[in-house]
Amino acid sequence: MIAFLKLLFRNRLAAAGALVLTAIVLVVLLTPVLPLQNPDATATADRFQKPFSQGHLLGTDHLGRDLLSRLLHGTRLSLAVGVAAALIAATIGSAIGIVAGYFGGRIDNVIMRGVDMLMAFPYILLALAIVAALGPGLMNALIAVAAVNVPFFARNIRGVTVGLAGREFIDAARLAGMGHSRIILTELLPNVLPVIIIAMSTTVGWMILETAGLSFLGLGSQPPQADLGSMLGEARSALISHPHTSVVPGLMIFLIVMSINLLGDGVRDALDPRLKSGALSRPRATTLVDRKGDIPERTDDLLAIQELETEFRVGRRTYRAVGGVTLSVRPGECLGVIGESGSGKSVTALSVMGLVASPPGVIAGGAVRFQGEDLVGAPYETLRQKRGDRVAYIFQDPLSTLHPLYRVGRQLAEAIQSHHRISDRQARDRAIGLLRDVRIPNPESRIDNYPHEMSGGMRQRVGIAMALANEPDVIIADEPTTALDVTVQAQILSLLQDLRRDRGLAIIFITHDFGVVGQLCDRLAVMYAGRIVEEGPTDDVLESPAHPYTARLIACVPELGGGRRELAAIPGLPPVVDDLPPGCAFAPRCDKAQAACRQGVIPLEGQDTRAVRCLYPETDLSGKEVAR
Amino acid sequence: MGGYILKRLISAVPVLLGITIIVFLIMSLIPGDPATAILGSYATPENVEKINRDLGLDKPMVQRYFIWLGNMLQGDFGRSYSLNRPVINEVLERFNATLILAGTSFVLCSVMGVLAGVVSAARQYGLADKAITFTVLIGISVPSFFLGMMMILLFAVNLKWLPVSGMYAIYGGGDLPDLVSHLIMPALALSAVATGVIARLSRSAMLEVLRQDYIRTARAKGVPERRVVMGHALRAAMVSIIPVLGIQAGFVLSGSVYIEIVFQWPGVGRMLVDAILTRDLLLVQGGVVFVAACYVIFNIMVDVAQSLLDPRIKT
Repeated sequence: MIAFLKLLFRNRLAAAGALVLTAIVLVVLLTPVLPLQNPDATATADRFQKPFSQGHLLGTDHLGRDLLSRLLHGTRLSLAVGVAAALIAATIGSAIGIVAGYFGGRIDNVIMRGVDMLMAFPYILLALAIVAALGPGLMNALIAVAAVNVPFFARNIRGVTVGLAGREFIDAARLAGMGHSRIILTELLPNVLPVIIIAMSTTVGWMILETAGLSFLGLGSQPPQADLGSMLGEARSALISHPHTSVVPGLMIFLIVMSINLLGDGVRDALDPRLKSGALSRPRATTLVDRKGDIPERTDDLLAIQELETEFRVGRRTYRAVGGVTLSVRPGECLGVIGESGSGKSVTALSVMGLVASPPGVIAGGAVRFQGEDLVGAPYETLRQKRGDRVAYIFQDPLSTLHPLYRVGRQLAEAIQSHHRISDRQARDRAIGLLRDVRIPNPESRIDNYPHEMSGGMRQRVGIAMALANEPDVIIADEPTTALDVTVQAQILSLLQDLRRDRGLAIIFITHDFGVVGQLCDRLAVMYAGRIVEEGPTDDVLESPAHPYTARLIACVPELGGGRRELAAIPGLPPVVDDLPPGCAFAPRCDKAQAACRQGVIPLEGQDTRAVRCLYPETDLSGKEVAR
Repeated sequence: MGGYILKRLISAVPVLLGITIIVFLIMSLIPGDPATAILGSYATPENVEKINRDLGLDKPMVQRYFIWLGNMLQGDFGRSYSLNRPVINEVLERFNATLILAGTSFVLCSVMGVLAGVVSAARQYGLADKAITFTVLIGISVPSFFLGMMMILLFAVNLKWLPVSGMYAIYGGGDLPDLVSHLIMPALALSAVATGVIARLSRSAMLEVLRQDYIRTARAKGVPERRVVMGHALRAAMVSIIPVLGIQAGFVLSGSVYIEIVFQWPGVGRMLVDAILTRDLLLVQGGVVFVAACYVIFNIMVDVAQSLLDPRIKT
């Protein structure tokens, strides 16, 4: 509770709302003992006195009554009526909701049907009908406002109760022989109460406004008694000649509603944990760049990732997701990047085209060169023209990566039309061709499907077709087959293999699956805690892994037909990348680790294409076992 | 699609019946003898008897309900005592004015609200976002009737830009520009709160959508950012915005009662309030049932719009 209040009042607006509201409530509570004039004493000689006139701080109204006194008494009445209406609505509505939710079945059905009917009305019609039947008057306005809000409570509380009624402690109470009313009062009510109170606090401002509204229409409090609404209503006829009589009560209503709104927003934000982490930030169109240090020289690779550093800055913490990764591909080559979840392989891939969500992502160093041109920090339009045209992505889980509300044909056509000026007709024909290329049967009819009308394998092919749309030079495939079953996976891999052979496509293939890597990739890079720990030709790395981590990873893979053997899981978890220890990041989990492993920077060293980041590798890089 | 619309229309029948039952029950809440309540305590016995016959009060309640319902289905909502004309004629005439006011406000709050929300989300934490958030906070806290009165003071009395009240100028006028100049202030005052609510919701819906994977896909395809925001993201956000538009339409319709009073707009809301004050209960009853029925139909249109937008809804 105290933690909650602290969180609430850290929100300055909410604190201001609470302050204003408390002040108003205090003044209003003290009103009877304050030295005020009689709010109903008329003095027609003094009518329409301006504010700050002698004896009348806020002036007087059309009957010469003191406005300050009327304002405070009116506020008192308005608040009292609003709170009373909220209490009545909450009590009756919650009772209905609890009964409906607890008993369920037909009772629930009948009650909720009735509630739905009531909610089919614009609220004021219902309120007006009730006031019409009962006659104008403050009490009747209160009843009307309470009645109009009953369905709101009934529906909310029913929802909560249905959830609770199925829980074990209710069953236990039933088995213990408790009666229905006792279960409801002693077991259910205490659990529902907080929800009722929150619902009440969010609606009380609303109810104050509604009763004020009815009074404003002349249907609520009747003269000489006045609440804020009827003060405003009476002042309306003198609006043009003596505006202060309207402004005074109007501003008061505004203040009350505003402070309740601010407080309510604060409560909601404090209760919604998503907002605490600031996760609801909008990702920018490109990743933020904040490069320190030198920019690496250009190379003649098709795509070169050079000493790339990508961080996530959350509050005061910095998570170094990618800590100086260098990778490159040539045309027609397939590079595999392998590692556990959280090793930084996806972030590396997304950094290439500035697609890391930002905030919180920041590219903090290095370069990404496509045909020698540095893309890190390139203007948005340069990056956009390359995205999907020269460098295309295939993402994991195409159900969430395809737009759910657009037909796949349109999404494909859009990929083309974002880079080429062609007619819709031509784009559609091209899209059908693409679907045929990725071997989707009946592409002419499939093109008009929505993603949810396709199977997982089919959607993944659409994702691939989209990546191929502009015949890119490089495809970055981020676990494209992880969500698929093995037969579909095999088809997709052979599809990618063909494309590579036929079109000279370069592929960066990100996965945690050694089987897939063996089939497709020429070279392999193993990532751990944001760094490459080993790289080399696929067969060499798979047959004689040099880094203990690679060796352990391969040992984790069960082999088909290889008989039973011990599957050696790696103890421990990958490190959190906001506070990496010096030395080898794998050292805490490595059974060969020695004191030297925990000091200084260990470089990635080797000859030609083979390299390892380890002081005590399993093999020397020529493939021979190291004698120990 | 046609089947879906038909299905929704059929499902509205019990709701419409429910509305008539509720209104009927409320009206039978009238304390004491309704005839006396309507005519006052000096009523002559003949008049009391006439009212009782007109309202069918000499028959049992269930029978009375069905007679009333049957009459309404034939377009007979009874006769207004205070105006001495058929209720339905008066309601239709007044509803026209309300429709112009509430309809304009609804269009205003939908367009302004969604746009403000989108801009706010696209420029999150920027100057535009802060300005919009602040304005919205004020907008949703000002009672519409107070806002209307302040607008009259500023724009009609002080600046003399716009007419103070009414729907048309008393002398001359009656054409479209005249209507528009009379409509601007009440429509804006009426749409203020709804605009704020819709802007807030649109902002959070957009922020939610902009974090989705398919937005990243669109960017990875090279779709220009403007299209990503105004196309991909807004389209997806509309799925959660549209139902709120439907709810806000109800609030706009409700708020029109206050605004019609403040601006002397000859609509249904003002008619209802006058009818309550003159105890013209048949007029209240007919007006309430008619407007509620229109609102139900409107909500079906919202549902249909939603199903057009979201192919995942089974039609």
